Formats: sequence, C-alpha cells, structure tokens
Amino acid sequence: MNKVTCECGHKNPYGTYLCESCGKPLKDEGKLANMRYEGVARRSQTYQKSIVDKIWNFFSSVKVGIWIIVLLLVTSSLGTLFPQEMYIPPGEDPSLYYAQEYGILGQLYYDLGFHNLYSSWWYMLLIAALGISLVIASLDRFVPLYRALKNQRVTRHTAFMKKQRVYGMKENSEALDIKALSTSLKERKYNVREEDGNLLAEKGRFARWGPYVNHIGLIIFLIGGMLRFFPGMYLDDYVWIREGETEVISGTEGEYFVQNNQFLVELYDEEDNEIFQEALMREGSPVVSNYQTDATLFKRSTEGSIGSETELEKVKDHSIRVNEPLTFEGISLYQVDYRLNELSTFTFGVEIEEDGEVQALEEVVFEVDLNDPQMYYEFDNGYQIEIIEYFPNFNIDESGEPTTLNRVPDNPRIIFELYPPDADPEEDTGEISLIGVQVNEPLNEDHDHTLRMLDVEFVDVTGLTIRRDHTLPIIIAGGIIFMIGLTQGSYWFHRRIWIQQKDGQLYVAGHANKNWHALKRDIEYLREKHDLPETVDQADEEVKEKDQVNEGGRDKNV
Amino acid sequence: MFELSSTLLYIAFVLYLAATVFFAVSITGKKFRDRSGNENNKAGLFGYISALLALITAISYFIIRWMATGHAPVSNMFEYTTALGIAMSLAFVILYPIYKSNYLGLFTMPVVMLIIAYASMFPGEAQPLIPALQSNWLFIHVITTAIGQGILAIGFAAGVLYLVRMIDFTKASKKVKGIEFIMFTLLATIAYVAIGMGFEASGYTATFNYVNEFGEEAQMDYHLPPLVGPNEGELASEQGFSPVVNTPEYIRSNDVNTVLWSIIGGLVLYGGLRFGFRKPVAGLLQPLVRNVNPQTVDEISYRAIAIGFPVFTLGGLIFAMIWAQIAWTRFWGWDPKEVWALITFLFYAAYLHLRLSRGWQGEKSAWLCVIGFALIMFNLIFVNLIIAGLHSYA
Ligand code: HEM
Repeated sequence: MNKVTCECGHKNPYGTYLCESCGKPLKDEGKLANMRYEGVARRSQTYQKSIVDKIWNFFSSVKVGIWIIVLLLVTSSLGTLFPQEMYIPPGEDPSLYYAQEYGILGQLYYDLGFHNLYSSWWYMLLIAALGISLVIASLDRFVPLYRALKNQRVTRHTAFMKKQRVYGMKENSEALDIKALSTSLKERKYNVREEDGNLLAEKGRFARWGPYVNHIGLIIFLIGGMLRFFPGMYLDDYVWIREGETEVISGTEGEYFVQNNQFLVELYDEEDNEIFQEALMREGSPVVSNYQTDATLFKRSTEGSIGSETELEKVKDHSIRVNEPLTFEGISLYQVDYRLNELSTFTFGVEIEEDGEVQALEEVVFEVDLNDPQMYYEFDNGYQIEIIEYFPNFNIDESGEPTTLNRVPDNPRIIFELYPPDADPEEDTGEISLIGVQVNEPLNEDHDHTLRMLDVEFVDVTGLTIRRDHTLPIIIAGGIIFMIGLTQGSYWFHRRIWIQQKDGQLYVAGHANKNWHALKRDIEYLREKHDLPETVDQADEEVKEKDQVNEGGRDKNV
Repeated sequence: MFELSSTLLYIAFVLYLAATVFFAVSITGKKFRDRSGNENNKAGLFGYISALLALITAISYFIIRWMATGHAPVSNMFEYTTALGIAMSLAFVILYPIYKSNYLGLFTMPVVMLIIAYASMFPGEAQPLIPALQSNWLFIHVITTAIGQGILAIGFAAGVLYLVRMIDFTKASKKVKGIEFIMFTLLATIAYVAIGMGFEASGYTATFNYVNEFGEEAQMDYHLPPLVGPNEGELASEQGFSPVVNTPEYIRSNDVNTVLWSIIGGLVLYGGLRFGFRKPVAGLLQPLVRNVNPQTVDEISYRAIAIGFPVFTLGGLIFAMIWAQIAWTRFWGWDPKEVWALITFLFYAAYLHLRLSRGWQGEKSAWLCVIGFALIMFNLIFVNLIIAGLHSYA
C-alpha cells in the first residue's frame, strides 16, 4: 500500500488523517481536525483487499458494532412481551399455553420460538457477533493509538493547531517565559514536555485505555457465560428433603450429605408489627417473613474400612434461608421451595367382629412409613400382615389400571393382606383390602377383620436447589475488569494543551477527549497568569453561525 | 418517627418548589437587574441553596423512614420512585457547581418534583419485607441503581433544555411534534397527580360488581369517576354512575380509567396553553433559554450520561447479579425486569458509541437522552406494574 509522505518528511500509512509526526492534516476534513485515534490509520483503513480484510473491516466498524447492540436491544425486548417458557406455570404445555393465554399473538410468539428467545441460535449468534466485534474493533484501534500517543511530538504543524477545537493565536510581542508556564501547568498536574520553546502539556492519558480495558472485561464476561455450556462447569440440581431425613448432595460423588432437621415458615404478625399493621391489613392474606431449613451438613468419613456402614461426620449446622444459602467447597444449597404437612406415617389397628360386637385387637397395632414402608408385619399373637402393593400417589391410568404418579405420598393407597393366626401365608389367601385416606375397601370376600387407620402423622418437606458454578470466578473477573475500564474511561479525561511559537506568532491549542469544560478552565487559569492569546471554542462558532440563520425567524415571534 | 419522615418529605417537596422558583427568577430577572447596574443576580445561588436544603431534608426523610421500618425505603413503588426523585436532585446538586447553569436547575427541579409527586400516588404506608428482599443487597443494589438513574435523568433534563433552545418552532416539523409530545406527557403526569389527589381528598369511591378474567364474580373499586366500566360491571355503590362502555375481562378497567383521566387532563392543560398562547408549549419556554450555550448544554447532558452509566451498570447489573446469585441461585435469569435493565444498559452503550461520531452530538444526542429516560420510566412503571415477574412489588 502506498505511503503518504508529509511535508515534514514523515511517511504515513495510507489512510492517515493527521501526520503521525507533525500533525499536519493530510486529508481535508472540514474546519476541525478529526482527532479520533489521533488521526492515525487503522488496519481497517489500510488493508481492504482480501476476505479476511473485509471481515476484519466489517467487525471493526463502530457502525456495525452499534447495529449489533441495537439488534440485541430490540430482540431482547421482544422476549419480555409474554413470559419465557421457564416462567409459565409448571406443568403447562407451552404449545397450548401461549395460544390459550394470549391468543393469536401468543401462538405466533410460540411459533417464532420467542418463548425461548434468549437461548435461540440467532440470539446466541448476535452475542457472538458482539464478542467478535469487541475483539476486532479494540485490536484495530488499540495498537495504532498506542503508537501515536507514545510517539507524539511536541512541535506540531500550525495547520494542526488551527484545526483544534480550542484555539487561539496572537502576535508574539515578547518572548514567553516557558519555565514559568510549565510550572503553572505542573501545578495543575500536567505532564509537560518542551522542545525549541514549544510546549506540550498532557494529563490523564491513561483514561484513553478505559474503553479497551472495559471491552476486555466484557469479552472475559462473555467467555465465562459461554463456558456454562461445557459439561462439568455448571451444576443445577434440586432435592426434596423431609424433616429428619438425610439426602446425598449431587455433584459431590456421594461425599456430602445434608440433613433437614426442621423446616419452618414464619408469618408477619399484625399485633407485633405495629408499623406494618396498615399494610398487612390491606394485604388481607398473611405475609411470609421467613422460610427456613435448619440443616446439618455431613461428610462421609474417610476412616472406617471399605464396605462397612457409611459413617457420616458432621461438618456444620446452618439455617438455610432465602438470602442465606449453605455454601461449602463451591457448592451452595438454596431455599427455594417447600411442602407443608406431607403425609408421613399411618398407624393401623385391627378390629374383629365377634357375635355382632366389634372389638379392637390391642396387640395388633403397627405403623407404616409412607416413604419407605416395611412390607411385612408379624405379631406375637400370630397375626401376620403383608403389604402386597403400595401406591404413594394413587391414580388410575388410561387402561384402567391402578398406578402411582410419583413417589410422593400425596394420595397413598395400600393393599394389605391379613392372615389370622390360623392361616398359613404360604397356602391360604388372606383378607385383602385397599386402604387410603377415607378409603377402606375389601378386595375379596369373607372378611372377619377390618383394618382401621388409627393415626396419621405429617411432615414438612423442604425443596433445596443445589448449585455449583465454576464459571463464576471468570464472570466475576470480567465484571471487575469491565468496571475498572468503565471508571477509567468515564471519570478521567485525556487533555492536551499545545503552546507554540513560530514566526513571531504565539499559538495555543487544546484538545480533550471529553470534558472540554475542564480543559477550558485550565487554559483560562493559564491565561490569568501568563501572557497567552485568547482562545475560542471553534465548535461554538459553528453553532453561532447556525443560530444566526435561525435568529431572524424567531424574532418575529417574540 | 414514621410520621416525622413523611413530614420531612413534604418539606423537601416545598423546598424543591422554592428552588424552581428561584431558578426561574434568576433567568427571567436578569435583564431587570442589569439595568440597575447590578449584574449579580443572587437568585441562582438561592436556588442552589434551596435545592441543597431540599436534598438534605429528603435524605433525612430517607434515613428516618429507614430507622422506623427497619429496612431501606426502596422496597415498593412509592419508596423506589421517591428515591429516584431524590437521586436526581442529588445528581443535580453535584453537577451544578461544575457548570453553574441555572437553566439546568430550571429544567431539573420540576422533573424531581414531578417524580416525587407521582410516587405519592402509590400506597405510602410501611410494608414488611418478603424473605427474598431481606438482604443488605436490597439497599446496596437499589440505591446504587437509583443514583445511576438519577444522574442519567439529568441527561434527560439537559437534553430537553437543548431541544427547547435549538428547535425552530416557527415551522411545523417532526421535531416540534416530538418536543410537544414530551411537554404533553409531563402535563398529563401533572394532571394525573392533581386529579388523583383531588378525588382522594373528596373520598370518592365507586364500587362495581363485575365478572373477572376467571369468570368469577368480583368487586372493583374506582377512585375516579368511571369513564369505562369493568366487564359486565354493575354499580354497587352510591357514588358513581354507570359508564357507557365496559372493557373486556382481561383489562384492569380501573387502571385504564385512570390513564384515560390523565390523558384527558393532560389534553386540557396542553390545549389550554397551546391555544391560549397560540404557540407550541415548548416554544413558550424558548425565549427563556435564549442565552443558553447549546455546546455547554450538550456537554452537560453527555457528561451526565458518562457519569451515570458506570453507576447504573454497577447498581443495576453488577450488584443486581450478585444479589440474584445469592437470593435466586443464579446471577441472571432473563426475568423481564432484568432484561429491561440490560436494554437500558445497551441503549446507553449505543448512545456512547454513537457520540464517537460527530454527527450524533447535539440535537440527535439530546433526543437519545430523552429516549433513555423514557426507557428508565418504562422499566419503572410498565415493567413493574404490567409485565409481572419476580420483581413486581405492587
Ligand atoms: C455492550 C457492549 C459494549 C459496551 C458496554 C461498550 C462500552 C464502551 C464504552 C463505555 C466506551 C467509552 C465511550 C466513551 O468514553 O465515550 C467504548 C468505546 C468504544 N467502543 Fe465499546 N462497548 C461495547 C461494544 C462495542 C462494540 C461491539 C464495538 C465494535 C465496534 C465497540 C467499539 C468501541 C470503540 C471503537 C470505542 C472507542 C474507543 C476509543 O475511544 O479509543 N464497542 N465502549
């Protein structure tokens, strides 16, 4: 590619706006110089031939970057029109739900896949495009910008000075006291460089790296988010534990166990909370103040020989509450759900009818644990009872067969076979009956005995989410770097002041990447102490010219 | 203590009003003083002092309410919206000394008042916290977000100032329509507050028996005269009358009724000004802001966004993610409120990148500031009240 040679002799890459050495504008870009990236040529402006160049140039364009951001923004908003699939009521069939609930629009929403918008391939593609664009745009600019800022020369071409936004010039009557001037600038924390009676004062250059740092942070964040989809990085499981029970924690290879000692739900009490009384009354229904599982974490003991009973060693007690998960070794257990008063045990007795009189057999009383029933019961007086079938959550399926929906004892039914002392279980058929809550049906004939439910016990069940996320450290690192870069670029500003003496003229020019106000105040401060030309903001001049055009029209109306 | 905090908020409101008046005087009174040779118009200083006192009083409200209820007052619509208004005034109090623009005061203070007045339309009694909100992250996340949005809102005020200054009102154009729409929205909000407070003071309630979306009989209260009724609504109270139109069952008709009243009120106010003065309403303000340097206003709005964006990101996304990880087991879940915070973030990111090219400074940039603020308000009002998600308070 051809180099562009400036009148100062410096050879600039093709596409340069301002000579890298003296700053003379090489392209006419109107009244003010284009100071973005110091007017240097970026790769995207230099190479435009091959496919790689074209792709590079596409993604390095801010215009394209903005389009990607805007597309993400618009499509993201579409996903909030109706709930995402994960937020529709559990058990609903999405293929029916959206049409039912939201009519034709809902059906369309579902057909377009918007009910899972944020995991759709094209949304992922947009995010990937954002990431690629971030990387390329940053690389494209960082290197040349770094070079240009590092190699800045103090003495600039007068055309460069004239095209700065803040600019002033006057006849140089007496020689300028460069020493004093640079002291004043240093007082304002400027770095000052001097060359042949010319000055370059610079401050806050590091703010220029802010965008690059924040883009790096974003990229790391996006990479972290992507890693979620690799196996082993992300564990999301769920466990129900009844009070008093212990469950293994998945993802720990059977090493850790958690026991639910107690689950409780607490409500706000109108009497105790005078200040909330009005709100509680208006609410009408009780307001929950706390969900809590008092849990104990156990670890399988490493001692004890292989094959022996598993020994559990207590690690710690913790009350798991909504904002207080139980955390150990990168795994957290969260309080997310509960069931109160789940059936846990039935106690049965047997009645016998003799001579028209009903009598309870006191020796034959037994408990059935509905979560883990014992299947056979034998009594001293010779009675034997067997459970031949147990349905924790009884249901009749489509073919009319009795079955169970799941292992949760929501609607338990038990089929018992009872053998009186004189019967032989091996040979005889006992008295068979089906028993559940409010259900007691004999299933064969000639019953002398009746099984009676004497007592029912309930238990509270807690639902815990088990979560381990190995991507978190990366996400956190990305977030922190992003915030550092954002702060660096937003709360610090790069300001430069050039002071130059040439052919009996004194020039002052200033540039800020943002916060011109502060730059002007700095120059104002210098002018109070030193004999400097008055500066104007050349952008203001542009506005004034425009205003004059408007002015006439407006006056008529005042 | 709780009553004291409410009283303080009233006082703060009055002080914001005083600040508005002072800033108005500082601008309109200038010529008058010039003639007497006294260039020093102290009204701007008084305006700033009033704003500062108002801020201190408002922060006292905040702290005392916090002590009274035991949790940071940012957990329902009344509390959060009020906090947003206070945050905006905080941003103003910080930015004013840099630019010393009384015009900015004149455009900021009324917006602060409007936000707080709007907040007061929500139930203001102390509410207990549900378990998900019982965390220190509640105040860390919400206060930071409110401050970020407050600073971004200054960008809006400056943007509107820029537009009022620069738009040519002598010709009908899209721009004039746009700025007039902003004026109408502000007036409709005033109307909403005024009408709501008026009928509340008179104790107006009309009750309807109606059939709700589940096909059940239910009752609904109206606090404004019913222009539209609920599905198969029958008036059940002495006050009120039967409206001509009933809405379908899936619409919350009393809310629609309120919106209708606000629009009508806004139209009356807007129409009165528009046809009373025979000029666009924003055009009425233009002579006031004649002497504003548009370049400065543009820079103020840009700086407000540049300062507010990191704060908003920290509070609205980063702290939000940390809390979500603790309370909801995952730092991100595509809940509507989360998505709209992301959209706000992306929008302002697009704004910052657009400003990299010179064509998007000045007027276009001012329009973007307006849209950004509209997004913030949308997220606050619409997403909270209509798109129900994990975040809905009300
Ligand atoms: C959501 C994603 C993004 C965020 C949050 C972000 C954030 C930022 C911020 C805060 C700045 C500083 C702006 C200023 O100080 O005025 C910036 C500058 C910049 N961004 Fe991004 N950015 C994002 C995506 C992109 C993309 C996709 C591109 C690709 C073209 C891009 C290209 C640039 C460029 C070229 C700069 C100017 C750098 C400089 O002034 O030296 N950004 N970005």
